[in-house]
Amino acid sequence: MAHTDHTTHLHDDHAHHGPEKGIMRWIKTTNHKDLGTLYLVFAFTMFFIGGLMSLVIRAELFHPGLQFVHPEFFNSMTTLHALVMIFGGVMPAFTGLANWMVPMQIGCSDLALPRINNWGFWILPFAFALLLSTLFMPSGGPAGGWTMYPPLVLQMGEGFPFLIFAVHLMGISSITGAINVAVTILNMRAPGMTLLKMPLFCWTWLITAYLLIATMPVLAGAVTMLLTDRYFGTSFFTASGGGDPVLFQHVFWFFGHPEVYILILPAFGVVSTIIPTFARKTLFGYDSMVYATASIAFLSFIVWAHHMFTVGMPLAGELFFMFSTMLIAVPTGVKVFNWVATMWRGSMTFETPMLFAVAFVFLFTIGGFSGLMLAMAPVDFQYHDTYFVVAHFHYVLVPGAVFSILAGVYYWIPKWTGRMYSEFWGKTHFWLSAVFINITFFPQHFLGLAGMQRRVPDYAVQFTDFNEISTIGAFGFFVSQFIFIFNMLRCMSKSGVPATDRVWEGAHGLEWTVPSPAPYHTFEVPPYVGDDETSNLHDTAKAH
Amino acid sequence: MQKMLGLARFAALMSSLLASGSALAYTGAKWNLPEGVTEISHEVHGLHMMVFWICVVIGVVVFGAMFYSVFAHRKSKGAVAAKFHESTTVEIIWTAIPFFILVAMAIPAAATLVKMDDTRNADLSIKVTGYQWKWQYEYVGEDVSYFSTLAKTSNKARQLQSGVDVNTVDNYLVDVDNPLVLPVGKKIRFLITSNDVIHAWWVSQIAVKKDAIPGYINEVWTKIDEPGTFRGVCAELCGRDHGFMPIVVKALPEDEFKAWLAEKKGGGEQVAAAATTSVMPAAATMTDAAPAAEAPVEVAAVTPAPAAAAPAAAAGKSKEDLVAHGEKVYKGNCAACHQVTGAGMPPTFPALVGSKVATGPKAGAIAQVLKGKNMMPPFSQLSDDDIAGVLTYVASSWGNKGEIVQAADVAAARK
Ligand code: HEC
Ligand SMILES: [Cu+2]
Ligand SMILES: [Cu+2]
Repeated sequence: MAHTDHTTHLHDDHAHHGPEKGIMRWIKTTNHKDLGTLYLVFAFTMFFIGGLMSLVIRAELFHPGLQFVHPEFFNSMTTLHALVMIFGGVMPAFTGLANWMVPMQIGCSDLALPRINNWGFWILPFAFALLLSTLFMPSGGPAGGWTMYPPLVLQMGEGFPFLIFAVHLMGISSITGAINVAVTILNMRAPGMTLLKMPLFCWTWLITAYLLIATMPVLAGAVTMLLTDRYFGTSFFTASGGGDPVLFQHVFWFFGHPEVYILILPAFGVVSTIIPTFARKTLFGYDSMVYATASIAFLSFIVWAHHMFTVGMPLAGELFFMFSTMLIAVPTGVKVFNWVATMWRGSMTFETPMLFAVAFVFLFTIGGFSGLMLAMAPVDFQYHDTYFVVAHFHYVLVPGAVFSILAGVYYWIPKWTGRMYSEFWGKTHFWLSAVFINITFFPQHFLGLAGMQRRVPDYAVQFTDFNEISTIGAFGFFVSQFIFIFNMLRCMSKSGVPATDRVWEGAHGLEWTVPSPAPYHTFEVPPYVGDDETSNLHDTAKAH
Repeated sequence: MQKMLGLARFAALMSSLLASGSALAYTGAKWNLPEGVTEISHEVHGLHMMVFWICVVIGVVVFGAMFYSVFAHRKSKGAVAAKFHESTTVEIIWTAIPFFILVAMAIPAAATLVKMDDTRNADLSIKVTGYQWKWQYEYVGEDVSYFSTLAKTSNKARQLQSGVDVNTVDNYLVDVDNPLVLPVGKKIRFLITSNDVIHAWWVSQIAVKKDAIPGYINEVWTKIDEPGTFRGVCAELCGRDHGFMPIVVKALPEDEFKAWLAEKKGGGEQVAAAATTSVMPAAATMTDAAPAAEAPVEVAAVTPAPAAAAPAAAAGKSKEDLVAHGEKVYKGNCAACHQVTGAGMPPTFPALVGSKVATGPKAGAIAQVLKGKNMMPPFSQLSDDDIAGVLTYVASSWGNKGEIVQAADVAAARK
C-alpha cells in the first residue's frame, strides 16, 4: 500500500509527543483520541446510571399497585432517565465516536478547535452533577417529564434552577462539539478527500452538527423563559398572566424533533460504514444516501407539531404536520432500501459489528413503521401519550441509536486499542441484547393500544402480563451489557489477540491505513487519498 | 444457543399470557385498539388497521429481501461480492412507490380528521375542566356541575404498600365516584380546559383525546351509538397523581338520561359556588374558542359530600386527632402546591407559613378550601372531617397559631 509509509514515518517523527502521565493527562488533554475516549467512558457511565433508573421504573411496573416508590419519585425517575440517556448517553457517545473517527477518516491530525474540545467535554460532568444533585434535595428531582412542559415544571421545588442550568450546560457542550466537527470537516480534509468522497459517518455528522447548532440555542431560550417565568415575574407561558403554555411546546419541539435526528443520523453513518465492510461491497447509492440524509434534516424542521396533535391546533395546522411527517418516510425508506441493496449479492460475514448493524436495520425499521402509524393525526389521537409511543421511540433509540453505538465501538476498538475483542463474547452479547430488547419493548405496543397511558407508576390489572414480560426483558438487557463492558475493558487493558492494521478484510478508509493501535498523533502530514480508501469508488478503482 | 434459551423463555411467557387472558381490559381490548362505539372510533380503528397492514406488507418485502440475502449471500457459502453500487432507475422506483403509498394513506386520514374537527350543531355541551387530580363536568346551560375523582376503593388500594391486593378491587384505577353521564345518539360537544397544569381527557372507545390546557378551551365532539360504560384516563403527565385521575363515561338512552339530568338538577343540594370555580383564568379570553365564556355562570351543584361521621360532628375531636389526620390530608392534597414545608412556591403558590387566611378567622380558611380561589382548585369533595383536619393542621404547624376547625364548622359553611 502506497500510503502506509506516510503514516509510519509520521509516527516516528512525533514519538516524543506522547501523552502526559497520570490524571492530568485526561484533565488537560486536547488530543482528539483522548477526548474521544473520555466522551465514550462518560457516555457509558451515564448509560449505566440511566439504566438503573429504568430498572426502578420497570421494577415498580412489574406488578400493579405501588410496591417500591412513591409516585413523585417515580416521575422523577422517568424524567431523569430520559435526560440522562439522551443528553448524557447517546449524544456524548456519538461525539466520542466523532472525536475518534472524524480526523482519522478525513485525514487530518486533530479537530480544528482542540481546546474548545476539552472544554466541551469537561462541562458535561458538571452539568450532570447539577442535574443529579436534585435527587438529594428535600423536594426531589425534576418530575415533570424531560419535555419540561409548563405549568407543571414550574411546580418543581428548589431543584428547578439546577435543572435549567444543567440543560444550559449540556447545550453549550453540544454546541462546542458540533462547531468543532463542522469546522474540521469543512476545512481540514486531506487533499483529494472531496465532500462526495467522504465516509458517510462524516457526512451524517456534518449534517447533525448543523442541526445541533440550529436547535440547541432554541432549547436554551425555552428553558430560560421558564426560569424568568418562575423567578422574574414574566409570563411567557403562564395563562393567568396572559402567556401561553402551548407556546413552550412549539418552541420545545422545534428543538425536539431535530433532536430526534441528532440522535439517529450519526447512527445511520455508522451503519452505512459497517455494512459495506462486512458485505465486502461498496455502499449502494452513496449519493442518494447523502441527499436522503440532507432531506431528512430539512424535513425535521417542519414536522415538530406532530408531537402536539392533541393540543388543539387548527385543522390546517394538523393537516400540514401530518403530511410533512409522512413525507419523512420517503428518504428514510431510501436509506433502508440502500442498506439492503448493499447486502444484496455481497459476500457477507457476521462479526459482532455486522450483527448489530443488521439488527439495527431490522429493528430501527420496526420503529419507523410505528412512526408512520403515529404520523396519521386522527389515529395519533389514540396513540398519543400511551405506551405505543414509548415502544416506538425506544425501538428507534435502543436497537436504533444504541445498537449503532455498540456496533461502532466493536468495529473500531481494535484500531483504538490494537487488540481484538472476544468474538465469542461479542456474539453472546449481541444475541442476548437483541432478544431482551424485543422482550422489553415489543409488548409495550400492545399495552399502549389497549389503553395504558405513559408516565404512570401503576396501572389497571389487565395490563399485568405485558408489563411483567417487559420488566423481565429490561433486567435481562441491563445485565447483558456487562458482557460488553468486560469485553471492551479486556481490549483496553491490552489483553487479547493483537489486531492487524486493516483489522477487517473488507474495510476501506483512511483510518485503516494507520497502525493498530492508532498512534497518539496521526496524519500530521496529509495522507495520500487513493481511490481504494474513499467510500463511494473503491471497487471501480479495483476494476482498473 | 443463548437465543434459543431466550426464545424458549419468551414462548413460555407468551403461553402463560394467553392462558391468563381472562380479565377483560378496561377498553374491551387486550392487544389492539378497541373498535369503540362511535362512527369516528370505527373509522379511526379502520385507519389504524390499514396502516398496520401496509407496514406488514412492506415489512415482509423488505425484510424478506434482507434475510434472504443474509442467508444466501454469505462468504461461507462461497458468495462472491457483486460490483454494482448504484442504479438510478431502481432508486427512482423505490422513491416513487412509497410516495404513492403515502398519498393513498393520507387521503382517508385527512377525511377523518376533517370530520373530527366539525364541532358544529351539538345537541349538548359539556365543559370538562382538569384539576390536579380530578375532573369537573359542567352541563352547559343545565345548571349541573360536579367533580369526578378516583373511586375510594381504588384510592385505598393504590397507596404505597397498601397491603390491598389490587386484583380484588373492581375496575382498579379506572373507576370514579361520579361518572360523566351522557345520552346516546346525540352529538355532544366537549369544551376542555384546565384549572392548573395540562391534562388530557382520553376515552379510547369514543376515540376522543384532547389536552386540557389552562387558558385554552379545546373543542371535540362525539356521538355515542350504544349505551354502556366506557372508561378512560388522563393521558398527559400532570404531576404526582397523573395515574390516578380516571374517567368514566356512562352512556344512557335518551329518556333515562333526561330523567337523570332532571334528578340531578332538582335533587342535588344546590350551593351557590363562588364564581371562581367556573371562571377561566384571565387569559381565557385570548383564545378564539370563546363559546364557554358566553355560557351562564354555572351554579355548581356540589356532589353530595360524604356526610361527616356523626359522632365527630356531635362532640368534636381533640386537636391532636385533627392534626394527625390533617397531616395526611395535607400531604395528599395540598403539598403539591404549598409544599410539605408549608413554604409554597411564591409567587404562584403562596406560603401557608404565617398566612393571614390560614391563621385568621376559620371561616375564611374554610371558604378558601371549599370554594378555591384563582389558581387554587376547590376541595369541596373532601369530607368535613378531612377539611377540618387539614385546616387545623395548617393552623397549628410550622409555627402557625390559628383556630381549631371542627367538622361541624365545615358542615355549617357548606350550607
Ligand atoms: C393546585 C395548587 C394548590 C393546591 C393543591 C392547594 N392550594 Fe391552596 N392555594 C393555591 C393558590 C394558587 C393560592 C393563592 C390563591 C390566591 O389568593 O390567588 C392558595 C391559597 C391558599 C390559602 C390562602 C393563603 C393566603 O395567605 O392567601 C390557604 C389557607 C390554602 N391555600 C390552603 C390550602 C389547603 C388546606 C390545601 C389542601 C386541601 C390547598 N391549599 C391546596 C394553590 C393550591
Ligand atoms: Cu418528532
Ligand atoms: Cu394527568
